Amino acid sequence: MTGDTATATVAGTPVAARAAGAGAFRRKLPGRVVLLLVFGFLYLPIAVLVMLSFNDSGLPTAWSGFSTRWYSALLGNSDILHAAWNTLVVAIFATLVSTILGTLLALGMETRRRKSNGLEALAFAPMVIPDIVLAVALLTFFSRLGLTMGLHTIIVSHVVFDLAFVCSVVRARLKNFDFSIVEASRDLGASGWTTFWRVTFPVLLPSIVAGALLAFTLSVDEFIIAFFTAGAGRSSITLPMQIYSMIRFGITPEVNALATIVMGVSATALLISQWLNKEQVR
Amino acid sequence: MSFNATRPNLLAAPGVAWLATFMVVPCLLVLSYAFFQRGVWGGIEYTFTLENFARVADPLYAKIFLNSARIALTTTAIAILIAYPAAYAISRAPRMRQPILLFFAVLPFWSNYLIRTYAWMVLLNREGLINNMLRSFGYTGEPLSLLYTEAAVITGLVYNYLPFVILAIYSTLSRLNPELMEASRDLGAGPVRTFFRVTLPLSLPGVAAGGVFVFVLSIGNFVTPALLGGGRFQMVGNLVYDQFLTANDWPFGAALGAALIVTMIVLLFVQARATARASGESREAQA
Amino acid sequence: MNAETSPILRIESVAKNFGPVVAVDGVSIDVLENEFFALLGPSGCGKTTLLRMLAGFETPSAGRILLEGRDISPLPPEKRPLNLMFQSYALFPHMTVRQNLCYGLEMERLDKAEIRRRVDETMATTDLTQFADRKPEQLSGGQKQRVALARALVKRPKVLLLDEPLGALDKKLREKMQLELKRMQNEAGITFVIVTHDQEEALVMADRMAILKDGRLLQCGSPEEIYEAPADRFVANFIGVMNFIDGRVTEDRVFEAEGLRLAVVNARPGPATLAARPENIAVGAPGERLAGTIADIAYHGLDRVLHVKTPAAPVPLQVRVPAQGGTAYQVGDALSLKIDPARCRLFAGGGAGAGG
Repeated sequence: MTGDTATATVAGTPVAARAAGAGAFRRKLPGRVVLLLVFGFLYLPIAVLVMLSFNDSGLPTAWSGFSTRWYSALLGNSDILHAAWNTLVVAIFATLVSTILGTLLALGMETRRRKSNGLEALAFAPMVIPDIVLAVALLTFFSRLGLTMGLHTIIVSHVVFDLAFVCSVVRARLKNFDFSIVEASRDLGASGWTTFWRVTFPVLLPSIVAGALLAFTLSVDEFIIAFFTAGAGRSSITLPMQIYSMIRFGITPEVNALATIVMGVSATALLISQWLNKEQVR
Repeated sequence: MSFNATRPNLLAAPGVAWLATFMVVPCLLVLSYAFFQRGVWGGIEYTFTLENFARVADPLYAKIFLNSARIALTTTAIAILIAYPAAYAISRAPRMRQPILLFFAVLPFWSNYLIRTYAWMVLLNREGLINNMLRSFGYTGEPLSLLYTEAAVITGLVYNYLPFVILAIYSTLSRLNPELMEASRDLGAGPVRTFFRVTLPLSLPGVAAGGVFVFVLSIGNFVTPALLGGGRFQMVGNLVYDQFLTANDWPFGAALGAALIVTMIVLLFVQARATARASGESREAQA
Repeated sequence: MNAETSPILRIESVAKNFGPVVAVDGVSIDVLENEFFALLGPSGCGKTTLLRMLAGFETPSAGRILLEGRDISPLPPEKRPLNLMFQSYALFPHMTVRQNLCYGLEMERLDKAEIRRRVDETMATTDLTQFADRKPEQLSGGQKQRVALARALVKRPKVLLLDEPLGALDKKLREKMQLELKRMQNEAGITFVIVTHDQEEALVMADRMAILKDGRLLQCGSPEEIYEAPADRFVANFIGVMNFIDGRVTEDRVFEAEGLRLAVVNARPGPATLAARPENIAVGAPGERLAGTIADIAYHGLDRVLHVKTPAAPVPLQVRVPAQGGTAYQVGDALSLKIDPARCRLFAGGGAGAGG
């Protein structure tokens, strides 16, 4: 035993370093295997879908060559284009309204002297309430009022959860916002209004944009609430509703292409949102 | 923006008004419907009754409720068992790499729910990738009917909610003071005992948060049972859907929705209590 | 000090690098039995890395760590008969004070009665009995600090390691705890190795101390030795207050600076820096040795420190004079300073580049 130790020390640094390196590798191995498996589980289905969207036959059975024909088919499908347009309209308006309301709500909640439990619950509820419940509630509400449902009711409904998410993103930034810079601005002679536009707003802007992108993504992807509040007829159908009706009874190659595009758009929006969030932390 | 008393309320007012009008009022309205009778032609008869709630407890529906609860519970357990090691591995990765790993673990969560579910239809189909692979490995029997089974529904639910559970568990693990684990080692506990006596108990709030989330969303889900269960597996979500869009029995649908909300509130409350019990660690970690 | 005693802990040319960064660079230190030993240095000097290597959380890149003659460097932390008191205290938030104390003994698989006896005993000596069932979040900073200490002490380690143990406490409590720690060390009869950046703390508590800078050991010795005979300009400046006068030593052993000539012994001719403590400079009548004018006076209760502008140094020299009685000084007064060469250090080379 003592002999071993002696040799190890005589050999000096290289031996010790190599031993430590091997130990580190053995320690890191299980973690890497776990991550590989979990990421495989998360991304394999998506990867298969993306690959199939370029498969000429469109069938999962065999690879019959690279082709973009399903993407071309999408462009010729007026139902899908119409649904995509509706989705864009809904997402843009819902994002605009929810970004303004959510940011103001965040400012209101974070500048309060005392935390209000009721307010906290109200801002938290849209994120945890089962969407089917919110969907039937809104359906009941709109039909009780005798409103004709359509894109406008979907927008109004989407703002409910969109604004909660915008609010939580902006609040996260406000939590480590140094309010003394606001006081400093006032002290230097700026009015409350000027202070907001010259000091508070620029600091918050990245998180507001990040929140808006998140809201946009959520709106583009939302299905259940839109499904319940779209009203009858095909005129106000959104993309997720169109997808649902297409996949309800099986696999269609066009959906593979559509899914790839939709996922690409959300992933891009999220990457930007994440990047903005990171920038603001620095 | 200075701290005066009315400004914050003024700022919050539009958002609060929106949430009150388009969330609180509709929820209360639909809840009130649960106390009325169904009209002959599917409308509402404004006569007070508790019959709708009695029907929720009716063996036929109670069975669906319990079945949903069982599926949701299985989903939750599996999701936690997969998410915990993943979250732990991310929290142990080099500091610089953690945000990237976490981002890619959560990314699928923000992509379209329908598409993620659809991806599993592609994989599990009789003509799907898994059956294809089996065949190429020399399997000659009947293609396995993987789709439209309870296992398919659970797989889809686990797949869809896994990212959130990873996120919830990771966020408590990453806030733990690493010196606590070192202290345990220093006091003579090996890595395994350190994990079970220090790391695991302190990360339970994250496990609870993630678990409650998965359970609530699974039990109220109707897309996954419809797509991966082929409508053969009725869950509470499907039942609510049917009452409103096919059976036209809104009062009963409302009662079912109320039952879902109550389940959710109870679980959130239990989770809040559990977190408060283990509360020391968040403050300790910030110190 | 006591060269006869064999060291309980021997740090033998230990080095640690993180990639290209060298945190500890070939440090050798012997810690004697029952000693209160301080590792002192500015932040980033490698003292914490060294302590973590002793505890087993870092593996030395080179060198050995011997405890009672046995190399412990390959052992994981849980197998080392040393315990660490963490800077953040690292109390388990989900356990009560008693459970925190029991934890380490349960790991040794002692029987229940024995654990109870030892925990009760330790809680009594550390004044924690009344807090036994509290959770850490219900304790004040000082109480947490005692629990962290008790949790390590109850294990009866061969050596107790303390990482900035008083860093989180306010000044008053800190001074009280310094003496308290010293007392506990005496009573427990355990060797303490403490890491600190606070030179005053080290001077008050330590029997011996090691000064580290940039991963290297600069000097190791008793507080008196280090205060009286600092090894270099950095140590001289780091411990206590020191005045530096740059000049040169002539062939006939005279230290020369602007307005100052001082006969010195044992000095090699060439550029040199004279280092004098404020208490080793006396104020004399004008005409004696070094002339200057008072630029500032700082009142310190027991004494006053005069900041005297002289031609010999760019910064005013600090001179300590009693606050009570004696001459009443005023800013602008001209006076003359008398430096006692026997109580000064002379560092060859001189110039600001020679040290911190």
